[in-house]
This record gives sequence, C-alpha cells and structure tokens, in this order.
Amino acid sequence: MPKLKIEDLEKIREQVKRTTALREGSGFRAKVNVHMGTCGIAAGARTIMNAFIKELETRDVHDVLLTNSGCAGLCSQEPMVTIEIAGQAPVKYVNLTEKKAQEIFEKHVLGGTIVKEYALGIGSEKTDY
Amino acid sequence: MEDLSLHILDIAENSVEAQADEIRIRLEENRQKDRLTLEIADNGKGMDKELLERALDPFVTTKKARRIGLGLPLLTEAAKAAGGTLTVRSQPGRGTKVRATFQLSHIDLKPLGDLTLTLLTLIAGHPDIDIRYTHAVNGKKYAFDTRDLRAQLHGIPINDPQVIKFIKHDINEGIDHIRRKT
Repeated sequence: MPKLKIEDLEKIREQVKRTTALREGSGFRAKVNVHMGTCGIAAGARTIMNAFIKELETRDVHDVLLTNSGCAGLCSQEPMVTIEIAGQAPVKYVNLTEKKAQEIFEKHVLGGTIVKEYALGIGSEKTDY
Repeated sequence: MEDLSLHILDIAENSVEAQADEIRIRLEENRQKDRLTLEIADNGKGMDKELLERALDPFVTTKKARRIGLGLPLLTEAAKAAGGTLTVRSQPGRGTKVRATFQLSHIDLKPLGDLTLTLLTLIAGHPDIDIRYTHAVNGKKYAFDTRDLRAQLHGIPINDPQVIKFIKHDINEGIDHIRRKT
C-alpha cells in the first residue's frame, strides 16, 4: 500500500497551494478528454492519455482537467481526443500519435490555437462544460 | 488488444460506463498451478441475464445494447487462446464480476503489458472512482487502494500531476518487488 512520506505530502501540498492561488476562480482553463472505448484502447488511446499525463507533469500544469470517456462513434478515426477551452466550442482531434498529442497540448491547450490539420470538426457539438 | 493490461483497462471502462464508484482489480500469478487469474469486479448497475448474454456475444448486438461492445468477447478469446476460460457474474443493482483464467506457461498467453499505465489511466481519468488493485505472484503480494491514499492526501486531488507521479512510482516499485525472484 502506498505510504506518502511527510516530505512527499508537504511538497505536493505546497505545489498545489501555489498553483491554486494563481488560478482565477475555481474552474479549469481547459478539459482534455481522451476517448477510451474498446476501439480507442485497441488503437492506442492509453499511449495518448500517458502523453497528456507526462505533459501535465513536466510542465507542472494544474489547471487542465484530464479525463476519459467512451467511444465517440468514429472508431476508424481513433485514437481521438476532445479539447475544450473554457468558453469556447469543443474540438475533436483524430488519428492521434504521441507526437501529435504533445503538439496539441502545447499549441491548443496551453496556447489557445487550434491545430487545424489534426482536427475533425470545429464547433459541431455542445457539451455542458 | 496487444496485451492483458489493455484488456483490463477496457473492462474497467465498462465498469465506469455502468456507473460504478468502486472497481476491484485482482491478478494472481501462480506458477505452481500454472495459472494466471484476473478478476475485475465493480459495484455498478449490473446486467440482467439477457443483457449479459448479449455482452458475451460479439455478433448479437442491438442498438439498445450498443454500449456493451466487443470488450468481453475479446477477453474471452484471449483467455480461450491461452487454455483458460472467462466467466461473468452480474446482478442488476449490485454489480458485475468478470473472471478470466489463463494457463501461465501457454505459448499464446498475451503478455501482461504495462499495468501501471492502465491503473494511472483509470485513476487520472476517473478521480471520483475508487480503484482497488491487488497483484500476487507466487504468494508475494502488492496492494494499492485509492481510498487509503485519499485519506492521506487531506483534500489534495488524487489526479493532481504530482500525486499521479507518486502513484506511478509506488505501483512500479510494488510490481517490481513481487516479480523479483527471491
């Protein structure tokens, strides 16, 4: 069973406190949703998820919500991810690789610029985010 | 699916779809009995007999059962190919338990794959769901329980990148330890 050492816990707590203070309000600035249906998993969605986990960790980003959902109905285009920037229409990216995911994270999630060449469609859907 | 860890992720995602808030994953490698046992159990909404039959059949699906998909038939095939079986017990309102066995020395047994990455994907992607993982190799055991970790975090989100880093390290070490020959 994992036992957090006191110094681990304090380090994590300090880091979370610092980044939370920087945030405006309590919301996330973006949501990254990796489609994790059977089709997605078989096509490599877990590698894509791991690419985003690594990006969050190495860039020390705490205000991006990373989540999974099921099949989006376009199995042949997997792995897929939907990026939602607060206040903007969601964008679906298709046929992803780890490299494409890194580029999308840097340009769209952090930079706010849609990577058009990997996108499926823009503004064609609505969610409650 | 290339390896068993991807099957585990896939079946656990079914549990998420079934609105479970607790998923228990158990792996047991027993060289003496030449058997690998995999169990994935949840407290989701469960299935009645009819839905369960459909879930196990890759060809008979209706739109109503669309959400079930190919996950269970694929795992059934993986188990059968390695001299094993798959059973599913489910009760509406109570949950579902999938149990697959494999012959450990079978040439067609898929590799276990990256179990850490499967667990991290589940924990990071579904921070509100509790994951209990136990893995035994010839009697040596490793256990991970998000409830115990949560109790130590005092309100820090379990999906915070720094916590995820800690979990990754713990699971990697834990699995390495039980696999090390003594």
